[in-house]
Amino acid sequence: MDRAALRTRLSEIVGPDGLLDDPDELLVYEYDASDEVFAGYHRPDFTVLPQTAEQVSAVVRLANEVGLPVIPRGAGTGLAGGALALRGGILIVLTRMNRILEVNERDGYAIVEPGVINLELSTALQPRGYFFAPDPASQRACTVGGNVGNNSGGPHCLKYGVTTNHILGLEVVLPDGERIWTGGPVPETPGVDLTGVLVGSEGTLGIVTKVMVRLTRLPEAVSVLLAAFPDIETASHATSAIIAAGILPAALEMMDHLTIKAVEDAFHAGYPREAGAVLLVELDGLQEIVADNTQRVAELCRQHSAWEVRVARTKEERDLLWLGRKSAFGAMGRLAPNYYLVDTTVPRTKLPATMRRVEELSREYRLPIANVFHAGDGNLHPLVLFDRHRPGEVERVLECTTEILRYCVDVGGTLSGEHGIGFEKRDYMTLVFTTEDLCAMAGLKRSFDPRELFNPEKVLPTGFRCGEVAVLRQQALAQRFGLEYV
Amino acid sequence: MVAVPESTRVRGFSGRDAPSFDLIRKCVHCGFCLPSCPTYRITWRERSSPRGRIWLMKSVAEGRLDLLDPVFAEEMQLCLNCRACEAVCPSGVHYGQILETSRAQLVQHRPQSLRERLYRMLGFRILLGDMHRFRTANKLLRWYQRSPLRTLVRRSGILRVLGLEHAEAMLPTIPARFVVPDGRFFPAENERRGRVALFTGCVMSTAYAHVHEATIRVLTRNGFDVVLVSGQQCCGALHVHSGELEQGRELARRNIEALESPYLDAVIVNAAGCGAMLKEYPQLLQLDHSYSERARAFAVKVRDVLEFLVERGLTAQPGALPWSVTYQEPCHLAHAQRITQQPRVLLRAIPQLRIVEMAESALCCGSAGIYNLLQPDMASALLERKLDNALATGAEVIVSANPGCMLQLEAGLRARGLRVPVLHLIEVLDRAYTAATVPAARALPVAAE
Repeated sequence: MDRAALRTRLSEIVGPDGLLDDPDELLVYEYDASDEVFAGYHRPDFTVLPQTAEQVSAVVRLANEVGLPVIPRGAGTGLAGGALALRGGILIVLTRMNRILEVNERDGYAIVEPGVINLELSTALQPRGYFFAPDPASQRACTVGGNVGNNSGGPHCLKYGVTTNHILGLEVVLPDGERIWTGGPVPETPGVDLTGVLVGSEGTLGIVTKVMVRLTRLPEAVSVLLAAFPDIETASHATSAIIAAGILPAALEMMDHLTIKAVEDAFHAGYPREAGAVLLVELDGLQEIVADNTQRVAELCRQHSAWEVRVARTKEERDLLWLGRKSAFGAMGRLAPNYYLVDTTVPRTKLPATMRRVEELSREYRLPIANVFHAGDGNLHPLVLFDRHRPGEVERVLECTTEILRYCVDVGGTLSGEHGIGFEKRDYMTLVFTTEDLCAMAGLKRSFDPRELFNPEKVLPTGFRCGEVAVLRQQALAQRFGLEYV
Repeated sequence: MVAVPESTRVRGFSGRDAPSFDLIRKCVHCGFCLPSCPTYRITWRERSSPRGRIWLMKSVAEGRLDLLDPVFAEEMQLCLNCRACEAVCPSGVHYGQILETSRAQLVQHRPQSLRERLYRMLGFRILLGDMHRFRTANKLLRWYQRSPLRTLVRRSGILRVLGLEHAEAMLPTIPARFVVPDGRFFPAENERRGRVALFTGCVMSTAYAHVHEATIRVLTRNGFDVVLVSGQQCCGALHVHSGELEQGRELARRNIEALESPYLDAVIVNAAGCGAMLKEYPQLLQLDHSYSERARAFAVKVRDVLEFLVERGLTAQPGALPWSVTYQEPCHLAHAQRITQQPRVLLRAIPQLRIVEMAESALCCGSAGIYNLLQPDMASALLERKLDNALATGAEVIVSANPGCMLQLEAGLRARGLRVPVLHLIEVLDRAYTAATVPAARALPVAAE
């Protein structure tokens, strides 16, 4: 089928208004929120904006017929290049599917379309006394579908868990165009947990067209506390002390000096500019317990050298403190033209040592690194600042971030806390997974998508596609038994 | 879509009014701006989002997209310049600046039709270029509105031929009395706390002269002398937003000359769009060495009237108004000037007034200067959404603080056959002051004709 014929067919499915095919209009789909220096520019051949699951399914069938890749996309706030059309193809943008279809308080779920904006779902649920717990920093823009794809986390995951803990069921269009439901409103379904497999699969196994999310009760009371420390080390010790005391905050976030400065410039959130690090602690639950724990946390922070502890008194003050944290990545534009964001996780006790290593690497590679992270669960976000127009800088950034990742994996951590693997980190997968692990994942992918048309070249490292896997397995076996592979 | 012929290609931006590449590249395309953008929320297309538009600008700057490419031109025009994106941008991209300069590039390089050139000349240069002419034209308009000619013209179909049907329907009723900058002085009542100039502007001084009168009453009642400094002109916002930066600069210089006085404590503005413009004169004139310093000194004195009243505090106690109101935020107040709390503080200062917040109160109503005339489809989609949100509150009065929004809302309500009054916030405050002594003022106002 030639381009014109394909265009006509697509237009019949989604309507002329739902199809973009002018190369100049498609320019704006060649990026997502990942840095283009590393991700490059990848223009899809077509972009469609379907309004129903039936349309998604019809587009997928057509793509299958002509052998074009299919890439799902929500708001394009992903940081790992997951929504890029690496091999061209049809980009399916789900932002027009943005209705909240059902809210069932008695059974504790809501059914929403994938394009619903995360924060707007929580806002809609609020009058009924509920919210959707996963709260990535991009929550005011990102979509629930994107959260499902990336198994997104956020500050409140410390207490509430990541996206997968809040998804009860999914309606999915499979790579052959078939539409199925997985899971359901009951807590446990027998058989293979397909919902679990699909959450976090980054659009490589199917396209979610409806999401059944768990409703979480809004806490009775919330308190947010800001503690200023002389450095990251003391703040890290305070973090460990809070957790060791048996307190489980809703969120426990840390920001370093550089980040505080950028955020203050951007929003005047009231963070102390002189602090070497701040902890932002949110406690929620029953009134009495929150009040009590706030006192205890404040006391623990002071014991660990906090020179200022401030408790937000009103909702406005709480929101302002959070605004600074949630906009920290974007605010980096004030410090340098580009940043490279590393998303990695280490065991909490390894935080101080990891931070020292990050500081060393920052000096070694002559690159400023800002740190903002979910201290409570050891999820680090070092932001390496640079200017792509300065020669040699991009290469230094790549080497430096690889070193950071390697160190984190060495001390028992992993590659990604919450942003996904996408395109950006696929080649690092070998740092944490054995060849056997990766072969198993590739096998799973094949059983869903034998023609490799669904979000191709994402998640799995290059070399882990059908034919190549067998060779790798033999190499690995040979290595394990000390044989030479020829 | 028409392809750009080879002969008319324009690579990259050029000249003095080119969008700053440093500003463009501050955008790290995080996408946080998307849901704040009215045109994105209607279309859900990336090209109609702030991030998409910045990417298009960047592509033009890098020579990957032609300046005259229809996608670029369409998107620069479809943008409302409401600057909601700017207020939520963590990277601090000054979106308004790069949009206005992008439009300036289009004005310079894109061939304009005879009709467009004529309208630009008539509107920007002749009407808004001189306030004396503008007011004379307004007097003619009043005569037209009251004469049988109007019915005749409307029936004749000539408006449709000229493409002015929509514009004619939008026109506010022109009153007999204008508030003109003729040097008049209104002394402070009670204890004197300072002296301010009122920025009179264009349509505020004619169709909304009653808002100026209310502003003067509220200010004098609170202890401020008000001067109608002569020589002031249109603020130039409509020019700058349409890419006519040179004309905007000329007006800015004349306003600075008229209003820079050490004897004034503040220059008070009651139109959000004008206030935002006056505060941005330093940016507009930054390369004009004889005016850049003066522009900075001038801009620090500019205050929106609501901002000023909260900053200095009310000394007179407003009377009670037993109304329910909802507040529609003008974009250039909420986003460009970041004034969101002060209007609510003032409304809360009025006893018995019930404030019912509407959904999406800071999402543009579609007026956006002359946008509603240029992009009627998008403007009316946004207007209907705004009216739905406002009416859903059940409020008896819709309150705003900018003439553009008020015109737009009034036209929308008229079209729906509803008689819900739209008032400037300062009018509400003025009524509350009157109500303190005259109980009749507590009655609900009637909608404008």
